[in-house]
Amino acid sequence: MESDVLIVDDSAAIRKILQRVLRQTGVAIRSIYEAGDGQEALQILQTTRVSLVLTDINMPKMDGIQLLAAMKGAGGWPDIPVVMITTEGGETKVSEALRLGAAGYVRKPFTADQIKEKLAGILPVAVAL
Amino acid sequence: MNVKDHLVRSLAKSVEDVFSIMLGASVVAQPVTFEKGAPDAHDGVVSFIGVAGSWVGTGCVACSPALACRVCSQMLMTENTSVNEEVLDALAELTNMIIGSVKNDLEQELGPLGLSIPTVVFGRNFRTKSAGHAEWIVQRFRWDTDELEVRIWLTPSDRPAPAPSHAAGPAEFVGI
Repeated sequence: MESDVLIVDDSAAIRKILQRVLRQTGVAIRSIYEAGDGQEALQILQTTRVSLVLTDINMPKMDGIQLLAAMKGAGGWPDIPVVMITTEGGETKVSEALRLGAAGYVRKPFTADQIKEKLAGILPVAVAL
Repeated sequence: MNVKDHLVRSLAKSVEDVFSIMLGASVVAQPVTFEKGAPDAHDGVVSFIGVAGSWVGTGCVACSPALACRVCSQMLMTENTSVNEEVLDALAELTNMIIGSVKNDLEQELGPLGLSIPTVVFGRNFRTKSAGHAEWIVQRFRWDTDELEVRIWLTPSDRPAPAPSHAAGPAEFVGI
C-alpha cells in the first residue's frame, strides 16, 4: 500500500531535504504534498487524504502546535499521525505536542536514519520485488 | 555554570553537529573572540535569528556568496552557482538549526526560550546593527578554504516573560 505524505515547513530547503529522505526510507510513497505553514496545510487536508503529516513547529501564520491542535480537535483529522520535525527541543513544546496527540518528534538537525526510525510502525514499508 | 562559557562551548558543538549531520562536512573552529559594537560592513550573506524569553539576544551567521552556494548545494544536493531564493532559504535554515541547537542546550540552564523566524540579507557593503548592547561572542569556522562566521549575544531580559512563539525581528540593516 502506498502512502501520501504532507510536509509542513516554512523552509523550502527542509521540505526538499525531507522529500529526499522520505524516498530513501523504504516507505512506499505515492505522493508528497507541501505546505509552508499550518493554514496551507489545513487547506490541503480539506481536499486530500494523507497517511502522515510531518510538521515544523515555528512557522508564520499558523505554527505546528496550532496545526496539530486543529487536526486532533473536533472536525479535524484525529486519525492522521503527526510527527513534529523541529529545532524546538524544549520540554514545554515537546510535552505540549505529545499531549495534543503527536505521534512523535524529531529534532533538527536530523539524519535519514532518525526519520526512518520514527516512521517505522506508522507507515507501511515497501515490499521489495 | 557560567552562561558565557556554556554559550561558547554550545556554539562550537552546534556548528560542528549541523555541518556533520546536514552537510556531511567537517568544519574547523577558530579561536573565539568577544566584540562590542556593530560588525564591520558585510559583503555577502548574513542571516539573523532572535532569541527571546527570560534571556534575549540575537544569533547571526555570515559568509561569502560562494560559501552560501556551497552550503546550499551540499545540503540540498543541487547545483547552485549564484545566490538565489533557494540559497537564501538554505542559509536561513542553517542559522535556525545552529542557533536552535544552542537555544535547546541553554534552556536546561536558563529555562524556556523562543526563536524568531530567520531573516537573511544578501548584498554588498552593508552594515547591520542590533538594538541590544551586549558583547558578541564571535567564532569563525573553516570549511576547507571557506570561512563561516557565527556570532551571538545573549543577556538577561529586563522584563522576564514567557517566551513568545515568534520573537520580533532582531536587527536593522543599513546600506552604505
